[in-house]
Amino acid sequence: MLPLVILIAALALGGYFLARRRALASAQGDSRNLHSLPSYYGYNAVMSVAVPALLVLGLWLLVQPMLVQSSVVDMIPAEAVPEGSSVNLIMSDVRRLADGLDAAVSAGALSAGDATDLSAADDLRAWLAERGVAIGAEISPEVLAAAQAYREMTATGNFWRNIVVALIAMIALFLVLRETDAEFRARNRVEGGIKALLILAASLAILTTVGIVLSMLFETINFFNLHPWTDFFFGSSWAPNFRGDSDLSILPLLWGTLYISLIALLVAVPIGLFAAIYLSEYAGPKVRATAKPLLEILAGIPTIVYGLFALLTVGPFLVKVFGRGDAGLLGVDWMSGATSVLTAGLVMGIMLIPFVSSLSDDIINAVPQSLRDGSFGLGATQSETIRQVVIPAALPGIVGAVLLAASRAIGETMIVVLGAGAIARISGNPLEAMTTITTRIVSQLTGDSDFASPETLVAFALGLTLFVLTLGLNVLALYIVRKYREQYE
Amino acid sequence: MSDIPNPAAPFADPRGASLLVQDGRTKRRNAAEGRFKLYGIIAIVIGLLMLLTLLFTIISRGTGAFQQTYVTLSVPLLEDKLDKNGNRDLEDIKKVSTFGYSPLLKAAFENKVEAAGIETDLKSKDMADILSKDAAAQLRDHVLANPELIGTAAEFEFLTNSRVDGYLKGRVTRESIANDKNISAEQLDFVDVLIADGSLEKRFNLDFITGADASDARPEAAGMGVSMIGSFAMMLVVLVLALPIGVAASIYLEEFAPKNWITDIIEVNISNLAAVPSIVFGILGLAVFINYMHLPNSAPLVGGLVLTLMTLPTIIISTRASLKSVPPSIRDAALGVGASKMQSVFHHVLPLAAPGILTGTIIGLAQALGETAPLLLIGMVGFIASNPPENIAEGLMSPNSAMPAQIYEWAKRADPAFYERAWGGIIILLVFLISMNAIAVLLRRRFERRW
Repeated sequence: MLPLVILIAALALGGYFLARRRALASAQGDSRNLHSLPSYYGYNAVMSVAVPALLVLGLWLLVQPMLVQSSVVDMIPAEAVPEGSSVNLIMSDVRRLADGLDAAVSAGALSAGDATDLSAADDLRAWLAERGVAIGAEISPEVLAAAQAYREMTATGNFWRNIVVALIAMIALFLVLRETDAEFRARNRVEGGIKALLILAASLAILTTVGIVLSMLFETINFFNLHPWTDFFFGSSWAPNFRGDSDLSILPLLWGTLYISLIALLVAVPIGLFAAIYLSEYAGPKVRATAKPLLEILAGIPTIVYGLFALLTVGPFLVKVFGRGDAGLLGVDWMSGATSVLTAGLVMGIMLIPFVSSLSDDIINAVPQSLRDGSFGLGATQSETIRQVVIPAALPGIVGAVLLAASRAIGETMIVVLGAGAIARISGNPLEAMTTITTRIVSQLTGDSDFASPETLVAFALGLTLFVLTLGLNVLALYIVRKYREQYE
Repeated sequence: MSDIPNPAAPFADPRGASLLVQDGRTKRRNAAEGRFKLYGIIAIVIGLLMLLTLLFTIISRGTGAFQQTYVTLSVPLLEDKLDKNGNRDLEDIKKVSTFGYSPLLKAAFENKVEAAGIETDLKSKDMADILSKDAAAQLRDHVLANPELIGTAAEFEFLTNSRVDGYLKGRVTRESIANDKNISAEQLDFVDVLIADGSLEKRFNLDFITGADASDARPEAAGMGVSMIGSFAMMLVVLVLALPIGVAASIYLEEFAPKNWITDIIEVNISNLAAVPSIVFGILGLAVFINYMHLPNSAPLVGGLVLTLMTLPTIIISTRASLKSVPPSIRDAALGVGASKMQSVFHHVLPLAAPGILTGTIIGLAQALGETAPLLLIGMVGFIASNPPENIAEGLMSPNSAMPAQIYEWAKRADPAFYERAWGGIIILLVFLISMNAIAVLLRRRFERRW
């Protein structure tokens, strides 16, 4: 593998100098007779040699393991799969065994001939474990045979891969040198190649979105094959049970998510909005220059910090106020644990203040001064102008900002993981612990997860719901902003 | 004009009041004005107050983690306990497990009590219990590294356990330990004596910054160092991947892309990706990089890839903004002297936009550095990252944690001594974030050009 890459690099580098010299030679050594600058001929050669060769190499690396795997899987008889195991686990053992043997051969601990003649009786597992290769189960003759076949096929595949890729690189070099002369439009070719690369980079965004949707969609379909979708969308309780027969309904989680987000917005929107109004309409340049960046620090603090703040500071404080019976500040006993909807909501609200204030600030600033002047001219005070002229003009933008903040709140994870609690319930009491979609995704997917059980797969369905929800809010926000925006010109 | 009397006074106030005296309505309006302004001031003050509270909490609770309590002891390395054959054979010395070393610690305390004339009812076992559970292992490692010390008495510095440490930091008091099995009031009395004696003291703890995480029983030995390396490895991946890809994508969209539906889709996509919750990227990473591509679980490489996808929109948006701010005259001039479109972009526009791109990249990196949620899903929590990796490849591929994930891990543990570590970890994390943002601001100030 490494020698092959070095060979390609060497051919490409050689191609650079050869092509450059050839072009110059065909122009009688005077670069003014060339169509492009001499180095472009070189770059063209590098590109023509390396790109097809590396492309084929990459494709081969992707396809060969799949082909080998599928033909080796057929070698493992169904009765060789022990109870409680799966073909996939056996295959990973086969792969590891084959890799271990190869590593032993290349390290010189085993001769190539010995490696093919090994038998399962030699207590291979212990021998390999000593060399740092851990195998999950005892090595059965079938696994060993499969591993040997795996090694053999991989070796053959690698051999042909090297030959094919090296040939492609050499042929490309030959072809590119043949077409290189003074008239050849090397710059156009190179620039075309660079442009293709740029397009590739830009389409990675689409690829990411497709990846997100597909990866969650497939597992969600798997989930709905194992678990009725009616229970997921319309059930009333969330009680995962790893022995099976769980209630997996999104409604309690959705309720918790929306409740916490609502509290967060009740904190963030008034504070953020009034801060934005003050900063853009009243504050002098000095106050603005200090207060705005200071507020924005709140947005730059990592969410884990807010999570810890919720769990260790705000939660205990709220318990002191609303809990502990007579020992508490209010003398009531409404709250028992530090985690609650209010805890998470308050802290999330703090996090969202700069989000609302910055966006609204920009929008209020975009309202033209002539509107304000007109209002002042009619005798309105500044606050009347703001309430009756500036805010209505900025309203679509402000609604958009609030929707974006809501989408942030719904997708926020660390604050609710640490501050909201783990009990799924539908209740109106903000002092109780509730749980959210994001918290459940984290808890279902961390630790030992079995990707064949509905209890794990439900996380993908939750993730997809979350994705659709936040995407919907974002699109709605953009739509409102675009549709109702006033155009002043 | 003004001196001509106007007996009709057609413009007099209809209510007959003077302009100089406010009437009730004007007063109300002015009061409303004042209130409205006050709301704004209150909002800003609340916001700033929250910031102050947050910073104050972090600093007041976190600084303790940078100090740790140490005991200085002279430990007799008895030959009959450590090397019965007396031939200093390393294999023989290795046979003595950490259990074999705890009598030495007890003996050290006995000697101490005798030499200093301390009066105490404690048994030597209880005295040795004020040390970290790590002490015997630390002693053993040192002896194995220096077998020639056997038979002598050597000075050692041991960490005390987290309760004693908490006592010195004011977290643990005699009242709070009434039901605590790990420490007794007599032990605290003994600690007081040792403090007076000068052999037990609290001082700066470099291990918190450079050391590895420790198990649940030893909060006093836990450090951020290894997870810091994990974070750096991830940032390396993000920098290497996100910067070139992001810049390439922005150049295409800003300079070359034709105005058509494909370009529209890409643009809408990028702005939507910027708003996708980070945990969704974690799900993507789990499904694609771990379950499908079989990359190793918990590896910083996977974390870096996930964070790359997450950071790309940020970098693309800021890069496009800085490309846009380069005036078209620069492009026109380049084209006018015969450069191709590609040359004008790469030779002229890109260098001029570079400071802005760099600033955006640093801010994107800072964002990625503080991100936790996706890391939980790809398994970068829940284990103890014990040894620093030996080289870059291992640093990328072997399981590790990251700074925010390590903080989360500590926040989840039962012992309150870990909370102090978590706050301390936050201080380290914030120091990184603040310095990165400061560099970004300085770069912007230094290189920003107004056209």
